[in-house]
Amino acid sequence: MEFFRIHKDIPFMRHALTFNVISLVTFILAVVFLFTKGLHLSVEFTGGTLIETHYQQAADLEKIRGALGKAGFSDYAVQNFGSSQDVMIRLPLKSDQNSNQIGESVMKSLEAEAPGAELRRVEFVGPQVGKELAENGAMALLLVVIGIVIYLAFRFEWRFSVSAIIANLHDVVIILGFFAFFQWEFSLSVLAAVLAVLGYSVNESVVVFDRVRETFKKVRGLTTPQVLDHAITSTISRTIITHGCTQLMVLSMLIFGGETLHYFAMALTIGICFGIYSSVLVASPLVMWLGVSREQFIVKPKVIEGANEDGAVV
Amino acid sequence: MNRYPLWKYITIAVALLLGFVYTLPNFFGESPAVQLSSAKATIKVDAKAQARVEDALKTAGITHDGLQLDNVGVKVRLKDTDTQLKAKDILEKAFNPDAADPQYVVALNLLAASPQWLTSLHALPMYLGLDLRGGVHFLLQVDMKGALTKKLDSTSADLRTVMRDKNLRHGGVNREGERIVVKFRDTETRDKARYAIGDSQPDLLLTEAGDASEPRLVATLKPEALKKLGEFALKQNITTLHNRINELGVAEPVIQQQGQDRIVVQLPGVQDTAKAKDILGRTATLEIRMVDDSTGALEAALAGNPPFGTEVYNERGGQPLLVKKQVVLTGDRLTDAQPGFDNQTNEAAVHLTLDSAGARIFKDVTRENINKRMAILLIEKGKGEVVTAPVIRSEIGGGRVQISGRMSTMEANDTALLLRAGSLAAPMDIIEERTIGPSLGAENIRKGFHSTMWGFAAIALFMILYYQMFGVVSVLALASNLLFLVAILSLLQATLTLPGIAAIALTLGMAIDANVLINERVREELRNGMPPQAAISEGYERAFGTILDSNITTLIAGLALLIFGSGPIRGFAVVHCLGILTSIFSSVFVSRGLVNLIYGRQKKLTKVAIGQLWKPAASTVNGK
Repeated sequence: MEFFRIHKDIPFMRHALTFNVISLVTFILAVVFLFTKGLHLSVEFTGGTLIETHYQQAADLEKIRGALGKAGFSDYAVQNFGSSQDVMIRLPLKSDQNSNQIGESVMKSLEAEAPGAELRRVEFVGPQVGKELAENGAMALLLVVIGIVIYLAFRFEWRFSVSAIIANLHDVVIILGFFAFFQWEFSLSVLAAVLAVLGYSVNESVVVFDRVRETFKKVRGLTTPQVLDHAITSTISRTIITHGCTQLMVLSMLIFGGETLHYFAMALTIGICFGIYSSVLVASPLVMWLGVSREQFIVKPKVIEGANEDGAVV
Repeated sequence: MNRYPLWKYITIAVALLLGFVYTLPNFFGESPAVQLSSAKATIKVDAKAQARVEDALKTAGITHDGLQLDNVGVKVRLKDTDTQLKAKDILEKAFNPDAADPQYVVALNLLAASPQWLTSLHALPMYLGLDLRGGVHFLLQVDMKGALTKKLDSTSADLRTVMRDKNLRHGGVNREGERIVVKFRDTETRDKARYAIGDSQPDLLLTEAGDASEPRLVATLKPEALKKLGEFALKQNITTLHNRINELGVAEPVIQQQGQDRIVVQLPGVQDTAKAKDILGRTATLEIRMVDDSTGALEAALAGNPPFGTEVYNERGGQPLLVKKQVVLTGDRLTDAQPGFDNQTNEAAVHLTLDSAGARIFKDVTRENINKRMAILLIEKGKGEVVTAPVIRSEIGGGRVQISGRMSTMEANDTALLLRAGSLAAPMDIIEERTIGPSLGAENIRKGFHSTMWGFAAIALFMILYYQMFGVVSVLALASNLLFLVAILSLLQATLTLPGIAAIALTLGMAIDANVLINERVREELRNGMPPQAAISEGYERAFGTILDSNITTLIAGLALLIFGSGPIRGFAVVHCLGILTSIFSSVFVSRGLVNLIYGRQKKLTKVAIGQLWKPAASTVNGK
């Protein structure tokens, strides 16, 4: 079996501008959604109380809402979690309530109105913790970015590291854009997924760049776009198969992992799909426009003119 | 060229064997057990206790599957949960005859059911996090401001005493926020006071303020003193929490410092959050009272009619003691308690430091009660216990008190700890709480397991179909990766959480990348017309650089998560980082070993099973 039977190098670079425009549009849309809709942050970030209960029969959400209203709670959200028997109750952080007792008092009020609830999980997060988590998340992202830029600059060249990080950061923004658009819950594990995917998609760029370097060294008389085309074409089979395999695993998590792993797997799925696209089709043109050329890899400089600079407009 | 020297094969075989051995305990599951540990700092669970456990069970006719003594306590392995409950009741009765005053904690626990030889190799099952086994998690914030305020208030009192002793007139000592301001009438007095205070309070940083008509002295705590205060308050609270949690009967509680001013408390298996919170939030107090040693009084009290104004308390060790109801001093007046040695006799002793008001009272009381006994009581949950009841030998002034006599170093340590625990804790707030029911935990394990299993199966199927023999090799390498990962996690006893299981799955999904890279490279070399043996060698060699690069970038992301992550993210990051390391080994080293074993010996290899190869008619390079 072999999926990829490519006769010639596919002229990806000819369409470089198109790819980047598509990317740019998606990116801008993501940013717009992030600003207009915002992320639906989980209790871990916002602070508050989250209670998961389980009923033997299908739960009556209206009754539960009524019970909470009677007990004097406000701004609560009640929804099914995974199945009709599981209910998730969210309560915001309130300074006047004794946050320590919320879990018990909710269960007590449920007992009266909608009996039979089994407490499965309570999560209470105070305000200071949430803020810290958000800060730490941002710090982690920053550290990943700096670490990768330094490593790639050291291993390859600054042009590669800059374009790889731009391409992959834009993936991160697009994942966040999806979460904003669909108002999916953005939790700590989603953050972990986003960062993991960042490291993973950079791989993609690394594999292509490795080939670019190799081709520059080995084959003479090719223009920069040709070298890039060749590098992408010869690695595309591996790219698709690797990502396909990773996606198989993620898909399995999406199917069997239940509600807790759902958004984690979702973030990975989006990350993997856009990761292929951006790390190959966005990063490579960026490298080209940043002016990569053969001399940068050859110890004895041998000038090759005609490095095609078309499209270096954006 | 595709032969490994023998030592490389041996390395792989040993690694696989070790991986297998340390993964093994995870398959045996856990058997019910009862754990006996000490509820009090002064009681140690030792071989004697172990013998007592054995006796108690024997007389009750319960057979056990083994006893073991470790630094936690005695653990008894039992056949089933019914016997476990029975054994718990029996041990409870045997070791805690007075249910209101438990000396030992008897808790239900689970022990790895793996055979003895595995346990002796430290091969234990993975340590499951709360989200997989159920339990309660609290994050407590210690109110350092509260501790500071308390310290400054007592320091203010000390300053007043110092100045009174030196006959220095001041216009008031007040705490303003986090500093103490002393007002004076003239600068001369201020200068003298500054000298005197500087001598007696080395922890204070003194600055002069105000003008000549209204001179003032501002005292703040030195940064290092502040730091010490914070560390002390935290240690203090951890000790107190330990004592209280013992009472809950939790088998493996985790009480750890997190950051500068936080404490994590994890109670696996506890479902009753309300009770747990109630116990965590309780305060203990310390009281000093006089002992009534008049002849016949104690006997009368034990007979049921104590003399007016007295009550009976039990001394540590069980002897009853008649104590006056009038409280001489409370723990609020105690600023420190440290174990140490008597200067003259070199006996173990506990050194107490009282604040100035406490010191004055103590001086008066000791002067009037020479050769009488005073009792130091620790009152917790409305119940008192005499920690120690020393005889007063002489008048004690200056606020420094030493308790000594008939104490071992260990006891001195414990007493100091108890006194501190009872009196000094800074207030704490619960800032994060998580409760996970046991059914949810089991469900999470199942979900995580299924995701990994089916994902792995799908990848294996695809790889074998697509790459044939090389696919089989890749899958075996991936399986060995899983083996190593689980073995290392078991060996390190790192906490496995649901995100951790997700990380195992994800790491496997990513680790296959290395093998795909290799296989594609080998195919490519074959396509370019290289003979099979050379293609294999070249493919592995060339792919290695790329594999290293790509794994390092992933590792950078993993490390960042590890450094900044907390809670669930940390569990994810640990597994992710370890997984990357094991994947480099297994995908490069193990798979190469397998390929060498299969193909390396054949001198004239004409064909390798790496799937169908399609050769382009024209060279792919120079694609124009």
